[in-house]
Amino acid sequence: MNNELSDSIKDKLTRKLISSHNMGDFIFEKLTLLFTVSVFLLVILMGYEMYQGSRLSIAKFGWGFLSSSTWDPVQEIYGALPIIYGTVVSSALALIIALPLSIGIAIFLAEIAPDWLEKPVSFLVELLAGIPSVIYGLWGIFVLVPWLRQSVEPYLSEKFGYLPIFTGAPYGFGMLAAVLILAIMTLPIISSISRDVLKSIPYSQREAALALGATRWQSTLIVLKDAKSGILGATMLGLGRAIGETMAVTMVIGNRALISPSLFDPSYTMASVIANEFTEATSQLYLSALTELALVLFVITIVINALARLLVWSMSRKWKTS
Amino acid sequence: MKVKSILAGLLLTLSMSVVANAQLQLNGAGATFPAVIYSKWFDQYKNMTGVQFNYQAIGSGGGIKQITEGTVDFGATDGPMTDQQLSEAKSKQGSEVLHIPTVLGAVVISYNLPGIGKGLNLDGYTLSEIYLGKITKWNDNAIKKLNPKLNLPNKAIVVAHRSDGSGTSFIFTDYLAKVSKDWSGKVGKGTSVNWPVGLGGKGNDGVAGIVKQTEGAIGYVELAYAVKNGIHYANMKNKTGKFIEPSFASVSAAAEGYAKNTPADLRVSITDAGGKDSYPISGYTWLLVYQNMKDGAKAAELVKFLKWSLTKGQAYATGLYYAPLPKQVVKLCEKRIALITANGKKIK
Repeated sequence: MNNELSDSIKDKLTRKLISSHNMGDFIFEKLTLLFTVSVFLLVILMGYEMYQGSRLSIAKFGWGFLSSSTWDPVQEIYGALPIIYGTVVSSALALIIALPLSIGIAIFLAEIAPDWLEKPVSFLVELLAGIPSVIYGLWGIFVLVPWLRQSVEPYLSEKFGYLPIFTGAPYGFGMLAAVLILAIMTLPIISSISRDVLKSIPYSQREAALALGATRWQSTLIVLKDAKSGILGATMLGLGRAIGETMAVTMVIGNRALISPSLFDPSYTMASVIANEFTEATSQLYLSALTELALVLFVITIVINALARLLVWSMSRKWKTS
Repeated sequence: MKVKSILAGLLLTLSMSVVANAQLQLNGAGATFPAVIYSKWFDQYKNMTGVQFNYQAIGSGGGIKQITEGTVDFGATDGPMTDQQLSEAKSKQGSEVLHIPTVLGAVVISYNLPGIGKGLNLDGYTLSEIYLGKITKWNDNAIKKLNPKLNLPNKAIVVAHRSDGSGTSFIFTDYLAKVSKDWSGKVGKGTSVNWPVGLGGKGNDGVAGIVKQTEGAIGYVELAYAVKNGIHYANMKNKTGKFIEPSFASVSAAAEGYAKNTPADLRVSITDAGGKDSYPISGYTWLLVYQNMKDGAKAAELVKFLKWSLTKGQAYATGLYYAPLPKQVVKLCEKRIALITANGKKIK
C-alpha cells in the first residue's frame, strides 16, 4: 500500500519532470529560432534601408553608377567604378599573397611543429588577429611606406620596370602598400582557423596514410584534402576582413579614385570613401551616393559569401561521389 | 539597516544629480575644427553659470543636417550653409538660421624640400597650377620667379591633399577657385572635391605624414596643426602683392580687411582678402543658431553665451591656436545676435 502510493507519487513526479523538461525545450527551441530569424530579418532590413537611402542616387545615375569613373562631389557626379575596382583588386591581391603563406603556417603548426613551438607561435599568430587596424595603419605609415618608397619600389621599377604593374613614381603610398597591409591583416585569421580545421581532422587519417606507406608530405596532402572546405571558409572570412577594412587601408592607399595598372599608384576603396566623406556630406544626392556605395559593398560581400558556399558545397559533393 | 541607509544615500545623491541636471542644458553638434575652443568655452561657461552645453564634434555636414532637422539647439560649421540649405531649414523649423562667426582658422602650405627650411614663397595662381598637375617640378620657372634667392631642386612635386571631407579643404579650394579660373571651372570648391592629382591623407596628420616623409611633397594643413607640430610652411602672396607669413595676427588681419565688405548675414569667405597684412587662405568657423527659438530660457542663455564668447571668450583663442575675431567683426556679430527671439519676443 505504502509502496504503491510512493510509486504513484514517483510516477507523477517523473511525469512532471518530463513535461517541465519539454516546456523548457520548447521555450529554448523557439528562442533559438527567434534569434536565427532575427539575423535574417536584420540582413533584409539593412539591405532595404540602404536601398531606401540610395534611391535618389539610383534614380539619377542608374547602372551608370557602377560603370562610370568620375567621383566629383562639387559637380554632384558620382561614378563608383574606380572605387569598386580598388576594393576588389586590393582584397584579391592581398588574398593571393596571404593564402599560401597562411596555409603554410597552418600546416607547420598543425602537422609539423613540436608542441613547445606550436603553442607560442599559435599564440603570436592569434595576437596578430587582435591588433586594432589603426595600429596597422600607423605601422604602415611609419614603417611600411618609407621602406616601400626607399627600397622596394625603386628596386622593382629598376628590375621589372617593363611590367606595367611596376611603373610610375614610387611614392610608397598606394595600392602596393594597401595590398601588403591587408595581406598581413588577413594572414592571422586564415592561418589560425585553418590550423584549427587541420587539427580537427582525426589523427587516424594520417596514421592510415602512413601505414599504407605514404610519406609525410603525402599524408599531409590527404589531410589538406579533407580540410579543403574549412580552409575555404577561413579564406572567405579573411576576404571579408580585407574588403571591409577601412582605417588601415585609407591610411596607406593614397585615396584617389583611379584605375591604374601600376601597383605604385594611389587607389581608393569603398569602405574608405564612406568613412572619409560621410561626415561632411551635406547634399541629399551626395549622401545618397555614399549610401549606394554601402549598398554595393553589401551586395558584393553577400555575392562573395554565396559563391564561397557554393564552392564548398560543390566540392563536398564531388568528394562524396568520388 | 545599513543597506537601507546606503540605499537612501544613493537615492539622495541620484535625486540631487537630477536636480542639477534639471538646470539648463543646451545641445549642439557640428564642425570638428573649432571643437577644442568650444569645449574650453563650454567648460568655463559651466563653471561660471552652471549652464551645461553638450557639443558633439561630428563634422560640419552633420551640424548642418542636425540644425535642419531640429534635433539640436545649435549647430556649427566651417563652410557656410547654402541658400538652398537655409531655405530647407526654414521650411522645416519655421525659423531662419543665423551664422555667428566664433573664431578664425587658416590653412598653411607645408612642404618638404631638404636644404630649404623656412621661407618658400608662393602665390595663389602657382599653387593652383601645382594642384592641377600643370607644374610638376620644383625648379619650374613660375616657382623660381617667386623665389629668386632659393636654390630649388630639379625634383618632382608630390601633391598631398585631404581625403576626408573637411572645412580645411573647403577654405583651401575656395581660395584656389578665387585665384584661378581654371581651378573654379575644372574642380571648384567644397569639403571634398575631385582632385586632379596627388595623394590623399586622412586628417591633418595624414597629410602632414605624407609631406614629412616624402621629399618634394607639398600639402595643406590647418595653421593650428602646423604650429603645434613645428611644420615649415610657405609665405603666401596676398592681393596687395606682399608675401605674408601665416600667423594669428595675419589671419585676423584678413577678417579685418574684409569687414567692410561683409554681408549682413555674415556668410562670407575671407580667402584672398585685401589689406596689406592679410594672409589669403583664412576662414571663419560659425555657430548656427535659430533666429526664433521655441524655448525662452534656452534662448536667453544662448544669447548670453554668444555675447560672452565674442568678448571674454576670445581671450582663449590664441592659446588654443585659433585666431581671434577682430573688433569690427565682433560688432557685426552682436548685431546678428540681437535678432534672436524666443517665440517672437525679444530677449532682454
